Amino acid sequence: MLLEIKNLHASINGNEILKGIDLKVDFGEVHAIMGPNGSGKSTLASILAGREDYEITEGEIWYNGKNLLELAPEDRAREGLFLAFQYPVEIPGVSNTNLLKTAVNEIRKYRGEEELDAIEFLQLLKEKSKLVNLDEKFLSRSVNEGFSGGEKKRNEIFQMAVLNPKLAILDETDSGLDIDALRIVANGVNTLRSNENAIVVVTHYQRLLNYIIPDYVHVLYQGKIVKSGSKELALELEEKGYDWIKNQTEEVSA
Amino acid sequence: MSVTETQKIEELANREYKYGFVTEVEEDKLPKGLNEDIIRQLSEKKGEPDWMLEWRLKAYRHWLTMTEPHWPNVKYDPIDYQDISYYSAPKKKPKYNSLDEIDPAIRETYNKLGIPLEEQMMLAGVAVDAVFDSVSVATTFKDKLKELGIIFCSMSEAIKEHPDLIKKYLGSVVPYTDNFFAALNSAVFSDGSFVYVPKGVRCPMELSTYFRINASETGQFERTLIVADEGAYVSYLEGCTAPIRDENQLHAAVVELIALDNATIKYSTVQNWYPGDKEGKGGIYNFVTKRGLCKGVNSKISWTQVETGSAITWKYPSCILQGDNSIGEFYSVAVTNNYQQADTGTKMIHIGKNTKSTIVSKGISAGRSNNSYRGLVKIGKKAENARNFSQCDSLLIGDKCGAHTFPYLEINNPTAQVEHEATTSKIGEDQIFYLNQRGISKEDAVNLIVNGYVKEVLAELPMEFAVEAQKLLSISLEGSVG
Repeated sequence: MLLEIKNLHASINGNEILKGIDLKVDFGEVHAIMGPNGSGKSTLASILAGREDYEITEGEIWYNGKNLLELAPEDRAREGLFLAFQYPVEIPGVSNTNLLKTAVNEIRKYRGEEELDAIEFLQLLKEKSKLVNLDEKFLSRSVNEGFSGGEKKRNEIFQMAVLNPKLAILDETDSGLDIDALRIVANGVNTLRSNENAIVVVTHYQRLLNYIIPDYVHVLYQGKIVKSGSKELALELEEKGYDWIKNQTEEVSA
Repeated sequence: MSVTETQKIEELANREYKYGFVTEVEEDKLPKGLNEDIIRQLSEKKGEPDWMLEWRLKAYRHWLTMTEPHWPNVKYDPIDYQDISYYSAPKKKPKYNSLDEIDPAIRETYNKLGIPLEEQMMLAGVAVDAVFDSVSVATTFKDKLKELGIIFCSMSEAIKEHPDLIKKYLGSVVPYTDNFFAALNSAVFSDGSFVYVPKGVRCPMELSTYFRINASETGQFERTLIVADEGAYVSYLEGCTAPIRDENQLHAAVVELIALDNATIKYSTVQNWYPGDKEGKGGIYNFVTKRGLCKGVNSKISWTQVETGSAITWKYPSCILQGDNSIGEFYSVAVTNNYQQADTGTKMIHIGKNTKSTIVSKGISAGRSNNSYRGLVKIGKKAENARNFSQCDSLLIGDKCGAHTFPYLEINNPTAQVEHEATTSKIGEDQIFYLNQRGISKEDAVNLIVNGYVKEVLAELPMEFAVEAQKLLSISLEGSVG
């Protein structure tokens, strides 16, 4: 098992956002986590990546045999966990190439591997940039600075391709993308999909799932996974809307 | 350096001690206090000619009429000028017998900077009687310079050996009347460097290599004068990336540069004097007057500085663009952390026609520090077609520090083109987290961002210096992100 979340409770400033999440993700699987705004989707993604704003009040997260909550964010990344950010930040003065070179070498160092030499590294970048149709000129530009929304998201997937993670979490990667960019991004992700990794797609809408076909779909509502199913569940959601889930959940709790 | 070599040097040092190497403490120090008598004694001890003594006395008498300046963004306790000793033997004998006696924190910093062991010993003041490469290299350099007619010597030597040049140029750019600290320096300057590059000569090396070692011995009131004659070129490096330990709290140096027709002077500084501890106690007050005169046509003076040390830094390396088509440049990185204060910038005074100036200032504030850029661009009445471009950026780390920008413009000629750009940014937690998520630690994340921010300035430094400066920045900002 690559990822196992057990009864995860988390709060921020005393407000409980996640109220008992259970989730198992194995190698080779693609899971979609859907849900209305404010259901806790992005919180879950942030906690997995190690953002410190949240307090874990209960539960465990196991990742590839390790207790994830004991690992610093950079060590999670070095262990192969990747988050494609919903809002990628701009870092003026630091080029994409420089960021990735530092990242790749830090990760390699952690794993006891030799650093890549400049030529090997540039070849890797060129090859992977084609995957998301990212022009080579983006490599020398400052990270996300002045990028359009679509370029930022493509850049996230490009970074994912270079870092080759075991577990990739895509946090609303579809938001702000036009249909062409959506296809490019999805195509990139599909190329990276393999039996040696797993992908968790966090999304509000079903449309990304037309391109990245999930093995499992989970619906998050009020901090809990209230429904799980196959890819058909996403279609059902699209048709009936989140009110369907809301009504069902309220009926159960009533 | 291999372990065995290290051992050899240490053995050598210890052996020397075993044989009864006695540190001769030259008790050559004047009593505390400042008056005409002290200045007379100082001048006499240095064996100076009468004209030099007169020059010092005139400066002193003028200094008495001046009041100490105070800047709104720099705060410190009053300085007692009578509680300072204005002369001590320039070359103190080492105080330690091996590196083991040196504060481990300082040694760690040396190692992080990658300073060779022999230089570490010299910097720390360890008694070592071995012939070091750097010393012999310095001798070779001196021969080469002599061949080309370049004068590179201490100010004391220059006063005796080259009185005509000193009389002509000393105080010609920074007169003793200029400001309080310049007047004080003129009265009591201990030593410094003099460089003269003759007509048409391009100095073939950075005047630096052995300066790093000398830097640990430079006095409190340093005086530097560099003259590039017609068509000459010189690049001069001042300072040291290694932390300089110094008992003297007040440093008031004066640096004067003079570029004649078609001459170029490039002056680079790395300043890393003791900034005080984390609570803000101790630390050097660095009150410096640096000014370059582009006297001739097509002359150029370029200042590059990386300021990371000192409790208080107060300096404005300036250019007077007198010659037509002359060019002035100022590239600066000033870092303040903990309780450090820096008020630094430049003045570009355009007098000649078609004169150009460029200012790139990058301030970095962390901890509870305060960092101010203060700059003046003045375009004189006759400075037809003068151009200036200024860029003043501030980077904040944390939320308890301050950054301030004070650009002053005085434009007296309608043909001038003056551009000013300023930005303030903050290293945000989001940026750090983003980099963490890519496998980069907090400290490396800060370094990555800081290096990206300052690269434009570091590019102006000679290669070897730039690499050291980069390491220095990361050391200076250690622990600035929680």
